[in-house]
Amino acid sequence: MSGPRTLFDKIWDAHVVEQLPDGTCLLYIDRHLVHEVTSPQAFEGLRATGRRVRRPEATIAVADHNIPTSDRRRGIAEPESRLQVETLEQNVAAFGVPYFPVLDERQGIVHIIGPEQGISLPGMTIVCGDSHTSTHGALGALAFGIGTSEVEHVLATQTLLQKRAKNMRIEVAGRAPAGTSAKDIILAIIGEIGTAGGTGHVIEFTGEAIRALDMAGRMTVCNMAIEAGARAGLIAPDETTFDWIKGRPYAPQGADFTAAVSYWRSLAADPGATYDKTVRLDAAAIAPMVSWGTSPERVAPITGAVPDPAAEPDPAKRAEMQRMLTYMGLQPGQKLAEIPVDVVFIGSCTNGRIEDIRAAAAIARGRHVAAGVRALVVPGSGLVKKQAEAEGLDRVLVEAGFEWREPGCSMCLGMNPDQLTPGQRAASTSNRNFEGRQGPGGRTHLVSPAMAAAAAIAGRLADAREFM
Amino acid sequence: MEKFTTLTAIAAPLPLANVDTDKIIPARFLKTIRRSGLGVHLFDTLRYDEHGAERPDFVLNRAPYRRAQILIAHENFGCGSSREHAPWALLDFGIRAVIAPDFADIFYNNCFKNGILPIRLPREVCDALMEDVSPGDNARLTIDLARQVVVRPNGEEVAFEIDPFRKHLLQNGLDDIGQTMAHAGAIDAFEQNRAAAQPWLPKIALT
Repeated sequence: MSGPRTLFDKIWDAHVVEQLPDGTCLLYIDRHLVHEVTSPQAFEGLRATGRRVRRPEATIAVADHNIPTSDRRRGIAEPESRLQVETLEQNVAAFGVPYFPVLDERQGIVHIIGPEQGISLPGMTIVCGDSHTSTHGALGALAFGIGTSEVEHVLATQTLLQKRAKNMRIEVAGRAPAGTSAKDIILAIIGEIGTAGGTGHVIEFTGEAIRALDMAGRMTVCNMAIEAGARAGLIAPDETTFDWIKGRPYAPQGADFTAAVSYWRSLAADPGATYDKTVRLDAAAIAPMVSWGTSPERVAPITGAVPDPAAEPDPAKRAEMQRMLTYMGLQPGQKLAEIPVDVVFIGSCTNGRIEDIRAAAAIARGRHVAAGVRALVVPGSGLVKKQAEAEGLDRVLVEAGFEWREPGCSMCLGMNPDQLTPGQRAASTSNRNFEGRQGPGGRTHLVSPAMAAAAAIAGRLADAREFM
Repeated sequence: MEKFTTLTAIAAPLPLANVDTDKIIPARFLKTIRRSGLGVHLFDTLRYDEHGAERPDFVLNRAPYRRAQILIAHENFGCGSSREHAPWALLDFGIRAVIAPDFADIFYNNCFKNGILPIRLPREVCDALMEDVSPGDNARLTIDLARQVVVRPNGEEVAFEIDPFRKHLLQNGLDDIGQTMAHAGAIDAFEQNRAAAQPWLPKIALT
């Protein structure tokens, strides 16, 4: 391509091995993250065809979705989950893939540990059999989720057959008000553009409010790019990025780091680069957000109320809203800050980093979880857990009545023992509020870590700013 | 992978938008290490009540749609997770084609890897096709991939778009890993050039 290029264009162009006549590209993949749920059938495919893993040294495996977040020294009780984790362990051994075992302190949610270890770096192409791979885009890497057939394709060839996505820019102008977080920004964005707003596009997040975010916040934003339907989310790497990467175990060191940074600096969009679609949001207008429906686009400020389907002119959308309110057990006009919660979940690849736990602990300090509320805090990795304990955050949280658990995906998806029971209502820092996502019949309100902690203390959805 | 050429089959109307992958196959059924056997859990919460009994009003629990091989839905079908268990569950049930106004990207891509044809048609066309198949005994549509048309019960043909490369793989039931392996020389050369241009690029070597 000639002319000014976007960040996405530059990363894409640097990874095209070959272009087929219809425009499909053979795209080189720098990093492949593998977990227990979406990989067994891929390794089985390699065995059936006698293929090997082409670049084990570009691959890292970890178990996160299935594992319990209670004491794991006695193994996994649930037989199917245990089989899936054991299968992963057999596969990484047979194919020579690097692996962080369940009891290793580096174990954690795949999208937390990639950046944490310096395995995910700017300018890379990164894939994983998980849609929230978009998280790594916060480093300025092109990172996207793939299905199991593509996991097998990458294991065998270190490439993927891909059509170039379109460029979309979302500019969040100005500064976000005090008491709001990255989660509120991304929920506001999805509320604005909808869950299909980014379909077919890679979103680059720009603007002062994005630049002002720390790396944890940037990862929260890019993590949920997939909830806006985007193929990937991206933020141009800058000094915040380089400072954060420096010294991480698998990051380049010394002179190599200097050489890498000079390349990474060249990745930002050229002046005059054009985007197929541009959306602007005013950060000053963003308030702490909460979802009220069963899609991440169904959000409102905590100061608001449950909307009335009768006001929706499109009959299909009206029916969808009615179905959501029935499932969620909510009434039109009900004030969001008056909705009681049964469970609070703080964790996940969206909000399981140390900064998220600090935000929750700051609200919890000197207060107590409301009677009848179960509140879980699940660090995103063993190293996040260790850091939080070194800062005494675990004691703050436990004294306030929160459960302090072992790292994993936990209650983000109803796949391990941490699940909602039918009708239970949760304030959750995770990414999806689909029907049954956190357990059959469970009701999810997506919020930031501070908002989740505030809900735990109040026993209802609450405005975190009142607790700051 | 089974070839897709022409298909004349019962089509089931599912007039819902944003059918997410948790709805297609909830996470609790992903604990399998195989591809097959997921059909029984397809649309589990829509299809069965809390006691596991079939909900009689759900389309795939009604004759003749129990034998549907085509599904017609509304916007943003397959949004959410990357789980290929979603197309595996559809395929295991017997679904070979899904018609909707648009699809989430990863789901759309995953369909082709499993011999399922996702067809994008405008909302009003999807609604007309749903109308066509709503009297059960007239529930058949024909899909001709070579000619890229859906044939309505009245014989009218509706054209659809598809990438030539994906069409080629689907028509011939080709494994795309095999296709890519033919480019091994180009991948080798790419890796050598990159190693020379970016010698600082680290490897993951576990200690």
